[in-house]
Amino acid sequence: MMLVQAKTDALTARSGALTVSGSGWLGAARRDAVARLAAMGLPTKRDEYWRYTDPASLTAATPTPAALFDAGDEAPAFDGIDAVKLVFVDGVFDPAQSDDPALAGVEITHLSQAEGVDIHWARDVYGVLETRGQTPVQRPLATLNTAYATQGFLIRATAKAAKPVSFLYQNRSTTSDALLHHCIKLEHGAELTLLESGPAAARITAVMEVEVADGARFHHIRSQGRDHERRAATHVFSRVGAGALFKSFTLTANGCLTRNEQIVELVGNDGVAHVAGAAVGDGIFHHDDTVFMTHEGQRCESRQVFKKVLMNGAVGVFQGKILVKQGAQKTDGYQISQSLLLDGDSQFLAKPELEIYADDVKCSHGSTSGAIDDTALFYLQSRGVPKRMAQSLLVLAFLAEAIGEIEDEAIAEDIRSRLEGWLQRHEH
Amino acid sequence: MDGVEVEVREGVDRETIETVQAMSGKYKHGWETDIEMDYAPKGLSEDIVRLISSKNDEPQWMLDWRLAAYRRWVKMTEPTWAMVNYPTIDYQDQYYYAKPKSMAVKPKSLDEVDPKLLATYAKLGIPLKEQALLAGVETPEGERKVAVDAVFDSVSLGTTFKGELAKAGVIFCSISEAVREHPELVQKYIGSVVPPTDNFFATLNSAVFSDGSFVYIPPGTRCPMELSTYFRINAENTGQFERTLIICDRGAYVSYLEGCTAPKRDIPQLHAAVVEIVILEDAEVKYSTVQNWYPGDENGVGGIYNFVTKRADCREARAKVMWTQVETGSAITWKYPSCILRGDDSQGEFYSIAIANNAQQADTGTKMIHLGKRTKSRIVSKGISAGRAQNTYRGLVSMHPKATDSRNYTQCDSLLIGDKCGAHTVPYIEVKNNSSRVEHEATTSKVDEDQLFYCRSRGMDEEEAVALVVNGFCKDVLQALPMEFAMEAQALVAISLEGSVG
Repeated sequence: MMLVQAKTDALTARSGALTVSGSGWLGAARRDAVARLAAMGLPTKRDEYWRYTDPASLTAATPTPAALFDAGDEAPAFDGIDAVKLVFVDGVFDPAQSDDPALAGVEITHLSQAEGVDIHWARDVYGVLETRGQTPVQRPLATLNTAYATQGFLIRATAKAAKPVSFLYQNRSTTSDALLHHCIKLEHGAELTLLESGPAAARITAVMEVEVADGARFHHIRSQGRDHERRAATHVFSRVGAGALFKSFTLTANGCLTRNEQIVELVGNDGVAHVAGAAVGDGIFHHDDTVFMTHEGQRCESRQVFKKVLMNGAVGVFQGKILVKQGAQKTDGYQISQSLLLDGDSQFLAKPELEIYADDVKCSHGSTSGAIDDTALFYLQSRGVPKRMAQSLLVLAFLAEAIGEIEDEAIAEDIRSRLEGWLQRHEH
Repeated sequence: MDGVEVEVREGVDRETIETVQAMSGKYKHGWETDIEMDYAPKGLSEDIVRLISSKNDEPQWMLDWRLAAYRRWVKMTEPTWAMVNYPTIDYQDQYYYAKPKSMAVKPKSLDEVDPKLLATYAKLGIPLKEQALLAGVETPEGERKVAVDAVFDSVSLGTTFKGELAKAGVIFCSISEAVREHPELVQKYIGSVVPPTDNFFATLNSAVFSDGSFVYIPPGTRCPMELSTYFRINAENTGQFERTLIICDRGAYVSYLEGCTAPKRDIPQLHAAVVEIVILEDAEVKYSTVQNWYPGDENGVGGIYNFVTKRADCREARAKVMWTQVETGSAITWKYPSCILRGDDSQGEFYSIAIANNAQQADTGTKMIHLGKRTKSRIVSKGISAGRAQNTYRGLVSMHPKATDSRNYTQCDSLLIGDKCGAHTVPYIEVKNNSSRVEHEATTSKVDEDQLFYCRSRGMDEEEAVALVVNGFCKDVLQALPMEFAMEAQALVAISLEGSVG
């Protein structure tokens, strides 16, 4: 089929200044991505998959300049968590600010060091999970990343990691355009917690590919930067083995355009995958959570929990899908997407889908949207709680189910305190 | 249950069992009427559009309207977003107009209609006599009447109870007659709910629609009886393109029923209908459908491709519409009866049972467009998949910024019988104000083993038990149907699932 001209034009413009680099397996994977990308082009707002989010600023030749953000006296996210910190400035790894990667007890290699290694474990992950995630829906921005990203880490855990690995993203240039590609492999029985935080750049196109082998456990907690003018398209592709666990939580506060895609494949029996998100936005805020959960193994459990608090014209989008393939019997799939609209100007747009080809399954999804419950507010006020505090309490209670997906209590508390701070700053 | 002596159990009367038995087995309405037909030449062109228009003695404006639609359709592409797969339709390999020869001179009344045609309807359980009889339920004369418009291939054979309806000021006739007799009403409302530009199939229908029903209920009138249209496709290779227009004026009420069947054929047949409903202040329309087009055989050979655009416009305050559909037939179903809730405090309801067995594919649902303040909508959809069938609920709930204090509740439940079928849910939810509440719930499950076991332990065979459990699953929707329809639908639910267990 002929590609729509607009898609080809967008690709030509976006990739004009980018060059494919590298030799060996990595160079080959990148060139393969270039070829795949040429057949796809970049998304336009006419695409069904971009129905509620206009990708124009993500596919534009150059990023829209974004003002730098001053977090004031707020402590950086996960500050109190003992982790191996790896710092990126405008999407480029900064060894000077970073910890020694060896301390985490896992193998951590920068992309640039991996291409010379002939048989590297990452060759079975890099671009491979991303390619698998292209059907049935194309995600060209991820392929663009595979083709051109030169920054990112390859992390391999063979046992339980000594401490979490924390990616810290700093933004110093108003016109920075970051392409980050991380690959993570958890071998049989390994366990790792990965943290991500901070404003990365004016525009971010990120891909993370996570292979969770049988019996391994992976925890991902992300706190996206509080910068207001950021535009981000992130993708997490994960493949979850038998009896393995994959958990990913994202907090998004502010950002004028954020599209977070989660593509999960439960390939083994008895796997567990939970993806969750809490998003709060005031004013120019467009936040899109797009999830594609595929059940292939039997007796797997998946949960999608997404909550959004929106005010002053903020827009929340949720596109979530549970696909249960033939033979994936005894699947337990759950999906909830909810929004709290604090005023009449905000919008919530949702497309929660189920596609099921096995009969002995339990799948459900729910989606609700509405204002703060007046009765609950009245009750709290009647008990002497000031209105503002009562509202904040109710908002936090609304978000609690999503935060509850974080297993580590210290990390959950960090996320909670950041939300409380946000609510105090954004009076409604 | 064929050939097996079914003993009458306590609490189940013999009549029910006999009715169900009579309807069981293969597709019941698969026979054809051997009758001489007049066809328009095969294929579609401006000339065919002109021919259909002239056959119906239409005024120039109607022809122009059709031609504009045709010219647009030629430039359109067939939509592919629905989760249905079917071979490419050759739109030039169809007849767009087929009329029984005996209808060449329009009969003055039903008494003059070819007895063969009347027998056809009698066999379908729809005698075109002025008496109330549907699905084997006979009610005493004068108690509960149903007026019927019978559409056979491309033409309406006639309409019963016209006189009695006219006394109440109700107009119930074929759309071709309405174009001639009530042009002012038709011209004012046709295309005002489903414009000729709406979608591929609606545009095609706008160009080639041959007949259908027209209803006008004057202000303050409660239609004295239920109105019904029965569509029968008989001719081979012939598409049916009916168009129904219902106008319910201020404070009026009507309940409208629609039924459809077709003979068994190996070649798929096309059906692309449009139903438009205009509801003014304080008026209420109930529209119930039992869709039982030929579904094709177990291997997916033949069957009706059903592409239907149905939409109700609650144009003024407190208007109310209720769609109820039982979709058991058709090889392909592509149908989304929708409600535009424009008037303040208007209400839309959608109750649906969609059953897909063997190789059937159904992609059906609704749209609730909330534009007015304090508008309410409710969606209850029950999808049942068996065999190798695919069943999709696709729906939209849209709350516009001005539709403040509105409410939607959606419940979509899917039931899977067997491990080779599919059940899918594709809802779109768009909320653009915060005083409205929108709730969506969906579940997918299989037939409950405990319930089946209980039924079996009470002596039912497996098929009966499944039928009973499924009927329970559908109860919310079945209760929304008018009484006679509910009975027919209940029996249909059981029949459609035959052969799906074991």
